[in-house]
Amino acid sequence: MMKGRSLFQKMAAAPHIVWAVLFIVAPMLFVIYFAFTDVNGKFSFANILSLSQYSNVFVLSIAFALIATVVCLIIGYPLAYFMAKSKPKTQRVLLVLLMLPMWCNLLIRTYALMALLDNGGLLNSLLESVGLNKLYIVGSDFGVIFGMIYDFLPYMVLPIYTVMSKLDKRYMEASADLGCNSFQTMTKVIMPLSVSGVISGITMVFVPSISTFYISQKLGAGKIDLVGDTIERLFQNLSTYNVGAAISLIMMILIIISVSIMNRFSDDDGGMII
Amino acid sequence: MKIFSKFYMFLIFAILYAPIAVLIVFSFNDAGSLSEFSKFSLTWYEELFADEEAMSALKNSLILAISSSLIATVIATFGALGLHHMRKKYIKASITSVTNIPMMNPDIVTGISMMLLFVAVAKITESESILGFGTMLIAHVTFNLPYVLLSVMPRFNQLDRSLSEAAQDLGCTPARAFFKVELPQIVPGIISGMMLGFTLSLDDFVISHFVNSPNFQTLPLYVYNQTVHNVKFSMYALSALIVFVILAILLIVNFSSVKKLPKKRCRRVN
Amino acid sequence: MKRLVSFFICTLLLALSLSSCIVVPEPVTTLYVYNWGEYISDGSENSYDSNAAFEEWYYEKYGERVVVNYSTYSSNESLYAKITSGSVSYDVICPSDYMVERLKDEGYLAELDHSNFENLGNLRPEFFGNNAKFDYYDEGGRYSIPYFYGMIGVIYNTSMVDEDEDDLGSWSLMWDEDHRGNILQFNNSRDAFGTAQYYLGVDVNSDDIGEWRAALELLKDQKDIVQGYVMDEIYNKMENGSAAIAAYYAGDFLAMYENNEDLEFFYPKEGTNLYVDAMCIPKSSKNKLIAERYIDFMLSEEPATENALYTYYASPNRLVYESEYYREEMNLIKEDAFDLMYDEESIETATYYVNLTDEKLALINSLWEELKSDIDVGLAIYIICIAIVVVLTSLFTFLFIRKRYRDKY
Repeated sequence: MMKGRSLFQKMAAAPHIVWAVLFIVAPMLFVIYFAFTDVNGKFSFANILSLSQYSNVFVLSIAFALIATVVCLIIGYPLAYFMAKSKPKTQRVLLVLLMLPMWCNLLIRTYALMALLDNGGLLNSLLESVGLNKLYIVGSDFGVIFGMIYDFLPYMVLPIYTVMSKLDKRYMEASADLGCNSFQTMTKVIMPLSVSGVISGITMVFVPSISTFYISQKLGAGKIDLVGDTIERLFQNLSTYNVGAAISLIMMILIIISVSIMNRFSDDDGGMII
Repeated sequence: MKIFSKFYMFLIFAILYAPIAVLIVFSFNDAGSLSEFSKFSLTWYEELFADEEAMSALKNSLILAISSSLIATVIATFGALGLHHMRKKYIKASITSVTNIPMMNPDIVTGISMMLLFVAVAKITESESILGFGTMLIAHVTFNLPYVLLSVMPRFNQLDRSLSEAAQDLGCTPARAFFKVELPQIVPGIISGMMLGFTLSLDDFVISHFVNSPNFQTLPLYVYNQTVHNVKFSMYALSALIVFVILAILLIVNFSSVKKLPKKRCRRVN
Repeated sequence: MKRLVSFFICTLLLALSLSSCIVVPEPVTTLYVYNWGEYISDGSENSYDSNAAFEEWYYEKYGERVVVNYSTYSSNESLYAKITSGSVSYDVICPSDYMVERLKDEGYLAELDHSNFENLGNLRPEFFGNNAKFDYYDEGGRYSIPYFYGMIGVIYNTSMVDEDEDDLGSWSLMWDEDHRGNILQFNNSRDAFGTAQYYLGVDVNSDDIGEWRAALELLKDQKDIVQGYVMDEIYNKMENGSAAIAAYYAGDFLAMYENNEDLEFFYPKEGTNLYVDAMCIPKSSKNKLIAERYIDFMLSEEPATENALYTYYASPNRLVYESEYYREEMNLIKEDAFDLMYDEESIETATYYVNLTDEKLALINSLWEELKSDIDVGLAIYIICIAIVVVLTSLFTFLFIRKRYRDKY
């Protein structure tokens, strides 16, 4: 027997919908509105057209985020694998070790990294006292990319580890029984089964990397400007809100496209449209 | 292979922890310098607790995290209930998608979109000080919504519809049936959603950065202001304390019988 | 049902207790003060607490409780954005000269009632009064009362820069290739362009677009050799030897010198910038009288002296400038600290920023954006990137085709 929906059930979602419309949809509309108007509120394409000035910045951000993501994957995948293979007790300890940096505020970790790597920081004074050359990391491309890898590596490892730790051991045994060596087991069984973890790991590293501004501010010393820095700077000045909104809009579209492409490749489909 | 894997894990974790370790060690440094360690002292911790700005930031952070996660939980739980009973699939899917926007979007875009909304509202109403606790609360509730919904929704889908119907057959009103029958079953989802919201809100910097007023500072904003100025050494003490607190919580949660805490930022994990 | 009721009571109680945390029920007035970071003696490390002293003084004198809500900003432009967006309201702000002029011209400042002030006489005649030389931004101080002033100079680390280097004493040190990677430039457009313009010997408020362009070219050349664009991060970087050369405000140099005695400072011979930071009251202030009394209090001897000794900036206050105690305390930091701050020779040749027209501000803004987005990326980054893209696309096509293939069967 199927009962008709009561008023209570019908209205239960109302606050949620109102909230979503007011504070999720409306702000997005404002971004679009600002992106297509000038300072006086007149419709114009000037902001979008002026973005060609920032093409370099976009390319650089994408490049940095891409490199950081791939390096995170290359470093993180074996780490997740080794973690999943260790004894259950060790796994718990390792999991805590992995999650602690994730829960720690990003600002604190980035700042600590900068303090350590700065030209006059601890690392360089150690190097100098041993008689080696100083490493100029802060203010360089490498510094920013390293910062991204350092900050977001746990976000890559955790989803992969979660998927791997849930893998049924019998699959591996079966593949061994069927004559696979350990390398074949890796490529034919474990890798395909962990794709969903890899996909979510990639999005969890790529999205914050491409939009960061704190990492490039600290480890790039304000010299290397990514999209995030540009947006942040443009929003400090009332007259450049419109250009800032245009850049944000482009970035939003870019990310939605890349995330939806990524989701195509993950096997299980959630109920989400995008 | 065994040795290699152990060495590999050790190496990665060593790099991951080196800066944090330096931070903690030097927070006990009497000299207030990062390059040389003079002697062990708790000066910076004393300084930190005497620092009114830091303490009020802590208080603000807690108030904001508790209230925003509570509100988000209430809204999203009822939202999930409504969605669960919704018949039209496409409306359901579009509402879920809209709610997920703050989760998909980079924080900076969410932040500036909120800010543009508030600035526009301030212009229209000619109000002079719209930014502050209220706007922070709205922003935090908004980005908490999808996470809470994500942890409550599956619980609803697992519910046995016939139980609620049985309750209604036995004379419960639908509302009463919800509170008596369904709510107790989804409580674990609600709690994990609320805790997730709480930690996200406590940790958020980027979104707050755009909608805050200097009169209402949270802990991450305080840390940010410190790091763009001349860093006081008490900031290292603060960071070390944060690390200790998180470590304690993680240890308690992971090594006790309590159910696992939700993963931090299970963003986009399908 | 009982559980339901108790649930609601609990949430209600929680909400109540929360709201009571936020709303202070006592009848106190809150004075919102918005100032530069580290720009007042705030009681840290056993110093004098100016805001607490004001609260106490106000209660004794007027019998009313006033609480100062003190917050800070790090650039004139962010202050301007906050004030003009109408999203926050303050009672006392402290912009620099050209920003005072701009806010005043655009009608954001309230005119001060000088009869509410008792300590205006404490100001040095150069800064306030009929013959004032340095009230170029607000004649007669109708909208603003000077708080501190100073000049920009170049800080260098003697352990990294040779004492007999030719460039010492000139802006050219900031463009010295030998110090590649060790130079810090301002991270705000006006000051950064200023350094280039002084080096070029052109007017910092120039009407000539070509001159601004020339300055931009100079900054672009410099971008290659600077370590970064920073503001107050400079403290840590200069103190721990992460950078060798930086242009910054003289008062801040003394604060850095306290922590690293290798540092030295000079005012470039080509001329430099003089700035005055002045306290003003925005029109939106609801407590103008209290705000005026706050500004007035900061002019009285004790807070003025203590603030000057805390921040190390040059004071426009006669009682501070002439005080023996102040001079001695300053010279304890560095032998010639007092003379450095009140250097008469440099102040003669110093020029100042004036408020520019909207068009010119937009021009500077776009030039600054040009500088910031002018990124020279190493070829290696691109090559790595292209390699990654190629590998990824081929991988994805492979996966996609395989998926299609499998779906078929």
